[in-house]
Amino acid sequence: MKKFLAGVTALAATAMMAAAPTPSAAQSKTITLCWAAWDPANALVELSKDFTTKTGIGMKFEFVPWPNFADRMLNELNSKGKLCDLLIGDSQWIGGSAENGHYVKLNDFFGKEGIKMEDFAPATVYAYSTWPKGTPNYWALPAMGDANGWFYRKDWFEKPELKKEFKDKYGFELAPPKTQTELQKIAEFFQGRTVDGQKVYGAAIFTERGSEGITMGATSSLYPFGFKYEKTPGKYDMEGAVNSADAVKGLEFYKSLYKCCTPPGYTDSYMGEGLDAFKSGQVAMMMNWFAFMPGMAKDEKVGAKTGFFVNPGEKVAASTLGGQGISVVSYSPNRDEALAYIKWFANPDVQKKWWSLGGYSCHNSVLNDPSFKTSQPFAAQFLEAMGGVQDFWQEPAYASLLQAMQKRLHDYVVADKGTAKEALDGLIKDWTETFKEEGKL
Amino acid sequence: MSKLNEIADRAAGATPPSLAGAVRGLSDKSIAWIFIAPTIILLLAINIFPLIWTIYLSLTNYRANRPNAELKFVGTEHYEKILTNPDIWAAMQSTAHFVVWTIVLQTVIGFTLAWLVDRKFRGHGFWTTVILLPMMLSPAVVGNFWKFLYQPQIGLFNYIISFFTGAEPSSFEMLGSVQLAPWAIVIVDTWMWTPYVMLICLAGLRSIPDYIYEAAEVDRASNWRQFWSITIPMCLPFIMLAVLFRGIENFKMFDMVNLLTGGGPGSTTEVASITLKREAFEKWRTGFSSAFAIILFVTVFGLANIYVKALNKVKSR
Repeated sequence: MKKFLAGVTALAATAMMAAAPTPSAAQSKTITLCWAAWDPANALVELSKDFTTKTGIGMKFEFVPWPNFADRMLNELNSKGKLCDLLIGDSQWIGGSAENGHYVKLNDFFGKEGIKMEDFAPATVYAYSTWPKGTPNYWALPAMGDANGWFYRKDWFEKPELKKEFKDKYGFELAPPKTQTELQKIAEFFQGRTVDGQKVYGAAIFTERGSEGITMGATSSLYPFGFKYEKTPGKYDMEGAVNSADAVKGLEFYKSLYKCCTPPGYTDSYMGEGLDAFKSGQVAMMMNWFAFMPGMAKDEKVGAKTGFFVNPGEKVAASTLGGQGISVVSYSPNRDEALAYIKWFANPDVQKKWWSLGGYSCHNSVLNDPSFKTSQPFAAQFLEAMGGVQDFWQEPAYASLLQAMQKRLHDYVVADKGTAKEALDGLIKDWTETFKEEGKL
Repeated sequence: MSKLNEIADRAAGATPPSLAGAVRGLSDKSIAWIFIAPTIILLLAINIFPLIWTIYLSLTNYRANRPNAELKFVGTEHYEKILTNPDIWAAMQSTAHFVVWTIVLQTVIGFTLAWLVDRKFRGHGFWTTVILLPMMLSPAVVGNFWKFLYQPQIGLFNYIISFFTGAEPSSFEMLGSVQLAPWAIVIVDTWMWTPYVMLICLAGLRSIPDYIYEAAEVDRASNWRQFWSITIPMCLPFIMLAVLFRGIENFKMFDMVNLLTGGGPGSTTEVASITLKREAFEKWRTGFSSAFAIILFVTVFGLANIYVKALNKVKSR
């Protein structure tokens, strides 16, 4: 009998061992994470190796260049594709993806795993995770904080002869600007000037027409001048907000910045073109996302000569929000493994490593760490920017709303069509039509 | 032949008597239908069905990104909106500018090149191949490298213009200027597709029998007279065919314009196909874009039919 019992126990133990997920068995599972092809994506590849080591789940990555990212990924979601198990999608997609069932709602999962949204910066939770906005309905975990900021040539700004000439001309120091008006004066100062034997220009800004470029660029002036989407949040009462006197001033300012101070041929430029212009020493300042700052700081040619500053305020301090949350795609056949990744990613230690590798963590344990502000030359600016970020509409119809703004802004800023007031009035007309189609008006 | 008969006999022997009887009873017309049926089914599936489906969608509020939303029949609302939308008319104007000027330039230059290449000169085979090179390239490649050529600071095009005019190379922007951008895309399309028109015209020139020119010379007709009374009329059907092909192709031009300007600056070069793509795949207004696609289809189809009738008249002269 004893022999029989021992035999049964051994058999049961063997069966249990066979059923348990050994690393080698789990290794056969691989999940795919989709994101844009840019510097932080490389950092995420590096970071995710720890996830594979810890869980045995393999990671595949699908990175799409920014200009095609929305088209490619929204097509994938709309066709209920199974390419992506995890998607780090743009903040504006969250409304559509939640309402159309593309993302898995994460509330229950967060509750079960003890993941608290209070552990993340409130602005990032609001922007990257919630739909309807501000409600405790979570569709993503804040993954990559980002905002539009500025890069400048520290070495040029520190040249004594230029400092003196600038001070004499404008009456304030040649230093990172505190207002949009100061920014334009600095850009004007450098425009067409010869520095280190090379003709240089004032600033590289966003003017791209096809995807989101000019909207992201112009809002970096519109928000500080006081532009608002609605008079009453959630009411879609745009008249007097979108085309307010402040908004008109902001748009006129962006156009004047484009006209006075950009390099020749800068009519359809976004992140890549800006980086090229800055790295090749063509411009004194470049508008671009904080996400590129870690890479720029390490750049062999200009890294040591580059400084960073927050988008200057004017009437208010404000920056255009970038960044994304990480979501589980509801069509994924590997939902458990994808959720396991989110659980792992939410861990404070992983978040610390994420920041150290060049990703922008939104976790309070990282952001509130006393050493955070001095950990990188752009860390303090990042914190400041995230305190005043504003985002584009996150409505399900965001693509129509964005395309309308792209057209109106490009027509006015680049193609010299009409006035700023006409452009913003036209924008209200387009947006009203979209909201009517959506049944919101 | 005996081998073939042997195979046929063997196949006939292997056919079950019931099937052989049924086939034997079929008329020639029925057999013809059986043979062409797969092709017709395929055509119906990939051409006619999508067309009918598109017409149906154009009458609804359907959005491909919201398949679960309630589908409403909206009648001709989309058609009315399109035909009264100033942005759509602006896109149609941009398309017309692009189509008309590319056709005019490609026809004139293409015919001239064909006429020159038709003269037998030393190395004409080599030069013909060189001229044909642009049309062998992918529009994506052409779009990208012309974007570099048009770059105001380092682009070769600006430097060449600067060399001849003395203007500063970076003083003008071919792709960024509202005045120049529509011409920039015309230049690139002309560069790429003139060889195609040239080939068709060359075929036309070579189809003219020599004895007609010989007879004209006997009658002491001048070269100019021969050109206007023999070359042009006999080549006209070929030229018209080239115009038809290029017209249809350029009416739906997308890739090259998208790569060069993306429709910009502003909406200056936003041709109809770019507007259609934005409505269909960026704004996801599937019903609206279906209606726009139908309007474009009817326009091209209608114009092409009128044109083909004119072409047939010319040919029958």
